[in-house]
Amino acid sequence: MFPAKELKRSLLISIWFAFLTFPLMVIKVDPIARTVHYRWDNMFFIAIGSFTISILAKVFILRKERIAHSRKAQKTASEPFVQRILREPRFLYPLCLAVLVFALVFPTIFSTYQTNIMTTALMYVVLGLGLNIVVGVAGLLDLGYVAFYAVGAYSYALLNLHFDMGFWAVLPIGGLFAAFLGIILGFPVLRLRGDYLAIVTLGFGEIIRLILENWNAFSQGPSGIANIPRPGFFGMEMSFASGIVYIYYIVVALVIFTIFVVNRLQNSRLGRAWLALREDEIACQAMGIDKTKTKLIAFSLGAFWAGLVGVIFAAKTTFVNPASFTFLESAIILSIVVLGGMGSIVGVIFGALILILMPEYLRALSEYRMLAFGGILVIMMVFKPNGIISNVRRSYRFKKTSSKQVVEHE
Amino acid sequence: MSKVILDVKGLTMNFGGIKAIDTVDLTVRSGEIVALIGPNGAGKTTFFNCLTGIYTPSFGDITLRHARKNQETRLNGMKPNKITEKGMARTFQNIRLFPTMSVLENVMIGRHCRTRSGIIGAIFRNPAAKREEEEIVEMSYGILKKIGLHKQVNEEARNLPYGAQRRLEIGRALATEPFLLLLDEPAAGMNPKETEALVELIRRICKEGHSVLLIEHDMKLVMSLSDKIVVMDYGKKIAQGTPIEVRSNPAVIKAYLGEDVDDA
Repeated sequence: MFPAKELKRSLLISIWFAFLTFPLMVIKVDPIARTVHYRWDNMFFIAIGSFTISILAKVFILRKERIAHSRKAQKTASEPFVQRILREPRFLYPLCLAVLVFALVFPTIFSTYQTNIMTTALMYVVLGLGLNIVVGVAGLLDLGYVAFYAVGAYSYALLNLHFDMGFWAVLPIGGLFAAFLGIILGFPVLRLRGDYLAIVTLGFGEIIRLILENWNAFSQGPSGIANIPRPGFFGMEMSFASGIVYIYYIVVALVIFTIFVVNRLQNSRLGRAWLALREDEIACQAMGIDKTKTKLIAFSLGAFWAGLVGVIFAAKTTFVNPASFTFLESAIILSIVVLGGMGSIVGVIFGALILILMPEYLRALSEYRMLAFGGILVIMMVFKPNGIISNVRRSYRFKKTSSKQVVEHE
Repeated sequence: MSKVILDVKGLTMNFGGIKAIDTVDLTVRSGEIVALIGPNGAGKTTFFNCLTGIYTPSFGDITLRHARKNQETRLNGMKPNKITEKGMARTFQNIRLFPTMSVLENVMIGRHCRTRSGIIGAIFRNPAAKREEEEIVEMSYGILKKIGLHKQVNEEARNLPYGAQRRLEIGRALATEPFLLLLDEPAAGMNPKETEALVELIRRICKEGHSVLLIEHDMKLVMSLSDKIVVMDYGKKIAQGTPIEVRSNPAVIKAYLGEDVDDA
């Protein structure tokens, strides 16, 4: 049943391990008594242990291969469960409704603390969806996305400080500022792709942060800007707790708005052009797509969402300083997109919730947070390179006889 | 004689010190199928790249006259997408489809330059944008029917067999409503049966009012299909004429067809 060759291989592995660990596990020098102990039993345990583990691993791999083989024979091209749900409007709509209801009653069920964490997670959902336009759909690797987030946050902080402008007035302005900056960044990087683009955007993100940190007269430097007012509600005074709930609902509304817009953009003439740009730039141009325009729109639309969330971030924390906008932040948002599934809206939402909520609820492991983070990413890329939920292709159905079509959404 | 729609005069392309194309003249008349042949490295694909705006030619003029509208454009230094908008579309020697997009979507991309709706239309789906989108789908489906791929609309382009991918590339180019179609080795890697279907398709395209300029190594296809053949070698045009004329031209035989003409 188990090939003799594998047994021999495992035996060799165990001998090799025993040899490798010999200085560490067997020899023990007692410097005071000036004697050397040889703990041969340790060597024995290591040999046995490594032998068993290598055999178990081999058995596991063989079994997996056998299963894969038999599945191939059966030719069952089974679609993942989640994808089937997403494809079927019969399941999708009630599910959306359930999630929506849950989101709406969330603050009444859970504590203010939980609501606050959820608000943060939902903000990252929007950030992820925004970056998804740039990275996932248009395929432009942007490592400086946090710059636009910072621009949004500082536009609210500064406009409020100098001109006493309110949250609602600044919300669109912050978004537009960021979008404008997206275009400014877009111009010099139009010719770049892949690694080169990543480096330039990374530099751009750092430039923005360093400006905010060092231009004291403009941004008050590393000490940041404090006492930013929370969003107003027709001039009503609000308690601290209800203020948090209020911001939660603002963010929920923003998430819904974002999903709506991003979904429509993806299934449009523009969204198709982005996809084509991601797949093959030269062919894309040869088909009459204006590369410059399409890229700039992607950059500015992606930045727009970061700007909006930036304004909300400033209002939520009532304090901004450059330390909130480091490269790590960009990396987390990018991980959300990659982990969730490039180009997939549902995937990005899941990615954001997992990556932001998990560290909050696993506070006990907070010291290993980055370790776990890296581990998860590595495992994900090995086993599911398309992300948790990969994008569902929109499919079209046509009647056989006439050319009149029945368009199926997603 | 019908109208000249593509007029190339003295086209030269230098890469550093190398003259990839050396003062080549070429005309395509409305309704014609013109073949550009030559040994490997003769500069045929470079010539195509100059025409379609991927390279900017060093010297010479490329003029495109619209077949129906009375419109003349100088193409030198224009961006590829503008040239496609003017009515000249191309396919690539090594297939450049959008591999993970569906067959239908590939053709729909071709409609991009003939449609207008932007961000606002995408978000609000106003009646105009909706109608446009429906038109795109309908017309793309029509094209797929024409090239015989309408059963695979939702298939990912990369999963198609090789010959079908080539046809899809032609379909995608047709979706841009070109009056002149440039095909870069459309029959490369095809089996005889697929080639036959391709010849049939190109004939049909031509009958529908498109003119065709093609690069091809398959001599049987070139000889049976083209109205005019232009032969290039080492970047220079060495011969031009009808298939029969080119067949018996000694310069061509020497440069390209080898010793025995009948074998070709």
